[in-house]
Amino acid sequence: MPKIIFNHPDGTSETVEAKAGTSVMLAALTSGVDGIEAECGGSCMCATCHVYIDEAWLDRLPKVQILEDEMLDDTAAERASNSRLSCQIEMTEDLDGLIVTLPDMQI
Amino acid sequence: MTEATAGLVVIGGSHAGHQIAIAARNAGYEKPVTILSDEDTAPYQRPPLSKAYLLGKVDAEALLFRPVAYYEGQGIDLRLGAPAISIDRPGKTVTTAAGEAIPYEKLALATGARVREIPIPGADLPGVHYIRTLADIDGVAAELDRVETVLVVGGGFIGLEAAAALRVLGKKVLVVEALDRLMARGVGQTISDYFADYHRAQGVDLRLSTGVQALTGGERLSGARLGDGSEVQAELAIIGIGVLPNEELASAAGLDCDNGVLVDQFGTTSDPDIFAAGDCTRFVHPFTGEPVRLESVQNASDQARTVGAAIAGKPSAYDAAPWFWSDQFDLKLQMVGLTQGHDREVLIGSQAENAFSVFYFGGETWLGADSVNRAGDHMAARRLYQQRYPLTEAELRENADNLKGLVKALRKG
Repeated sequence: MPKIIFNHPDGTSETVEAKAGTSVMLAALTSGVDGIEAECGGSCMCATCHVYIDEAWLDRLPKVQILEDEMLDDTAAERASNSRLSCQIEMTEDLDGLIVTLPDMQI
Repeated sequence: MTEATAGLVVIGGSHAGHQIAIAARNAGYEKPVTILSDEDTAPYQRPPLSKAYLLGKVDAEALLFRPVAYYEGQGIDLRLGAPAISIDRPGKTVTTAAGEAIPYEKLALATGARVREIPIPGADLPGVHYIRTLADIDGVAAELDRVETVLVVGGGFIGLEAAAALRVLGKKVLVVEALDRLMARGVGQTISDYFADYHRAQGVDLRLSTGVQALTGGERLSGARLGDGSEVQAELAIIGIGVLPNEELASAAGLDCDNGVLVDQFGTTSDPDIFAAGDCTRFVHPFTGEPVRLESVQNASDQARTVGAAIAGKPSAYDAAPWFWSDQFDLKLQMVGLTQGHDREVLIGSQAENAFSVFYFGGETWLGADSVNRAGDHMAARRLYQQRYPLTEAELRENADNLKGLVKALRKG
């Protein structure tokens, strides 16, 4: 199963395995990774599953769609050029080793 | 024998319940935290039940907010299949169905709502379903293979989402709605009419201003007699005619209730040590000044955080803009504000292109907006609404293609 490395704002990091086909958001929640709220459950309605993508991986992800783009303007931590909503990134074998950094707040 | 330290007890393990416990911990609450849930499943997302879950796009594990181990890690004692049956306020204990009396220092009610049952003959026939819990939707899914036609009673959000999903799954779908338009409690005429047309175009047999006299069949449901006396065939029925607040526990304990457990801006009930959040509550809304009972993820989550913070000794008044959403076919309906009582609808965008928004006004006051496949409008409206921006009709029309510009101007002050 593809792996995702989550870097926390305090400098620690953890690696989790994700089933291909599930979102980065879901992989974090089901593995007990703290720092993602996802209160709308992946409906792209709440902007509380915000992550920063490691620059090396940014271009390998599916493009930001309009709904996600609008929601990203409403994140609690500041939006950066590598900001994404983790509910919109589906894990594939090609994304094995994906590195994401969690923001210091989601609400 | 030493008595257990009294901490926070949360009754209810759904959206609001689990969030109160987590919010209290996040805000620094250090005493024991117990969640009493009457369900057998760890807290899970309800909105996908009538959408992605029914379509088979996500499995049950993916619905969980957190893995069970998360609660242990947070020092939250999550008790499943453990309904609370009474509250002893003088003694400050909650009694469970198993007979255990759990002491509390602070108590939070997140008892939610239950489906309104339909009081007609045949309502208890096998094949008649309601949608509220995971078990409910699993019950529907288990029967689908031998179902040709589904009758949906009630043209509200839940009924229409189920209708759309079942249509996508290839079922014949008949929707009956007693009122003359769809989702009448939540949206205005323009959106109602648009969704009626859309469902019909997708092959849904939609009958407005039509009730159901009886559900019929022998050992199982086989049809229904509608309000006009006509007989229809259906092997499965989904009843979606609203919900009732679970306020009985609170009411029996002498807490003030009136179509919901009454709470103030901090989620406090009429007892200062007892709080409530989510679908079971009724409160004066900070944006309208009117009492309201909201059935939404937004309110459950935001009110739960308000309660968690208050319990941890860091009270902050509830001041969250109400928002809602519904997914039907390929339409994303996003709503902000409380728009009942509007006297004017202003449409921007294009219905022909299935991307438009309706802004609602009551007199000169902007009340909110509903968007269909126009996420940009929705987010701009949400930000403007949260800021209590006094949007005018003229300003809306002028900026119809760039509402974001208004938000930016507002931010710059």
